[in-house]
Amino acid sequence: MSFMSKSPWVIHYDASSCNGCDIEVLATLCPGFDAERFGVINTGNPKHADIFLVTGSVNSRNIHVIREIYNQMPEPKAVIACGCCACEGGVFHDCYNVIGGVDRAIPVDVYAPGCAVRPEALIDAIVEAEKVLEEKYEAMKKGEHAPVIPLDAPVLKKGA
Amino acid sequence: MGKATIIPFGPQHPVLPEPLHLDLVVEDEKVIEAVPQIGFIHRGLEKLTETRDYNQFIYIAERICGICAVGHSLGYAETVEGLMGLEVPKRASYLRVILHEMSRIHSHMLWMGLAADAFGFESLFMHCWRLRERVLDLFEAMTGGRVILSAVRVGGMVRDQDAATLAHVQEVLEGIKDEYHEICRAFLNDSSVRSRLVGVGVIEHDDAVNLGMVGPFARASNVVNDVRCKEAGAYAELSDFTPITSTDCDCYARVEVRAKEILQSIDIIEEMIARIPEGPVFEKPKGSPADGAMACGALEQPRGECYYYAQGNGTKYLQRMRMRTPTSMNLAGMAAALKGCDLADVNMIVLTIDPCISCTER
Ligand code: SF4
Repeated sequence: MSFMSKSPWVIHYDASSCNGCDIEVLATLCPGFDAERFGVINTGNPKHADIFLVTGSVNSRNIHVIREIYNQMPEPKAVIACGCCACEGGVFHDCYNVIGGVDRAIPVDVYAPGCAVRPEALIDAIVEAEKVLEEKYEAMKKGEHAPVIPLDAPVLKKGA
Repeated sequence: MGKATIIPFGPQHPVLPEPLHLDLVVEDEKVIEAVPQIGFIHRGLEKLTETRDYNQFIYIAERICGICAVGHSLGYAETVEGLMGLEVPKRASYLRVILHEMSRIHSHMLWMGLAADAFGFESLFMHCWRLRERVLDLFEAMTGGRVILSAVRVGGMVRDQDAATLAHVQEVLEGIKDEYHEICRAFLNDSSVRSRLVGVGVIEHDDAVNLGMVGPFARASNVVNDVRCKEAGAYAELSDFTPITSTDCDCYARVEVRAKEILQSIDIIEEMIARIPEGPVFEKPKGSPADGAMACGALEQPRGECYYYAQGNGTKYLQRMRMRTPTSMNLAGMAAALKGCDLADVNMIVLTIDPCISCTER
């Protein structure tokens, strides 16, 4: 375990979630589940964050916000899709204003399902994401980098 | 006087759990105008009534907002029951009120935590959320879910609660009450908290009425509007209900109103538990809403009055389902309260309306 997987800082963005998953993300960091005791700190600044927690699905209004945050995050970075909506659209998958899961906007590393996602599942996902961070850090040393996604790039393929 | 500058606020902003974008026109440090922009979480779920029948749609209605999930499913269910002329068993309407008031407690505690975070009192934030966890544990014991409960259905409740569970609820709420008094003291008496809140974002009574504000935001400006007084459902059987109001009209008053409402909700739940009648909790709805039938419903959500409208078309799908949510009523008030405030107070004022963007945009 290198320093990369210790104390990952997270940034949270509410794409078009119903708030159910949002407050569970916050509850994960607050007393009760208290992921903060493992050094998981919520930051508002993308440039301080290692893990990007996205709740809710992607629509055409927020897709560029998600990509902007993703691009601003320093490498190595991991993305967690929190909740069914973020994984593939959830109950809203056939709404006219929903494009789909977060993987249609940016590459996703860990999927945490649930409606609403349970804090236990989120803690699990963060632990998984730490492994991803380690792998990406190794890859980075070999010169492989995360893609920069142009804000107006077309929607990605499902599950890409 | 400096030149006017526009500062964008959001959609991703540390104090906002939800994306709301504000264009703040500032001159030096004073905000002269705030223009809200919404649309980041619009999903278009009212249209889903075309593909989900009225029994299925309650799960969508619940997911309009994860904080007032019980409220939305309840408002939807009551409206559709009105549409079909369905009478809900007494016990079910008591259980609904118990769950709804519990969700008000959790919503207000959540809000008080966020407010504490906004004025930079992080430990108070954590304490509020710690207490809130206990309410969520109760939800889990009663329904199996923490935030999305799926407990209400058209015609009653999904399941009954036994006496032991209700006694447990009462016991836990009693415990919460004791600890909550301490938190309340910090909110209402602490001098550093007061200095951030008193006199900030004032909206006078008449303006509040003109801007059509609802909920605790309006009650803090001494507007007595609380749909619970209209005594729909089990609220009619409460021995006594007086809406909590304040005459201060500022951010402090809004904190005070919500702080007291938590205690009021605990009292309501205790009374409901003491008087809950025995009986069935579900009455199966038969047939479907008649063609052209219309029904409205109003419900006091944690954030204010929420209004529902439903229209049937003779099939099991609704012709139209529409809701007017409290935050969309309060946005005008928020823009008015922001006018003339300091830039540093913007986040506090935005929070005191308790914005719920996902209700507003749906
Ligand atoms: S997964 Fe469920 S709880 Fe989470 S945002 Fe979607 S609808 Fe809401």
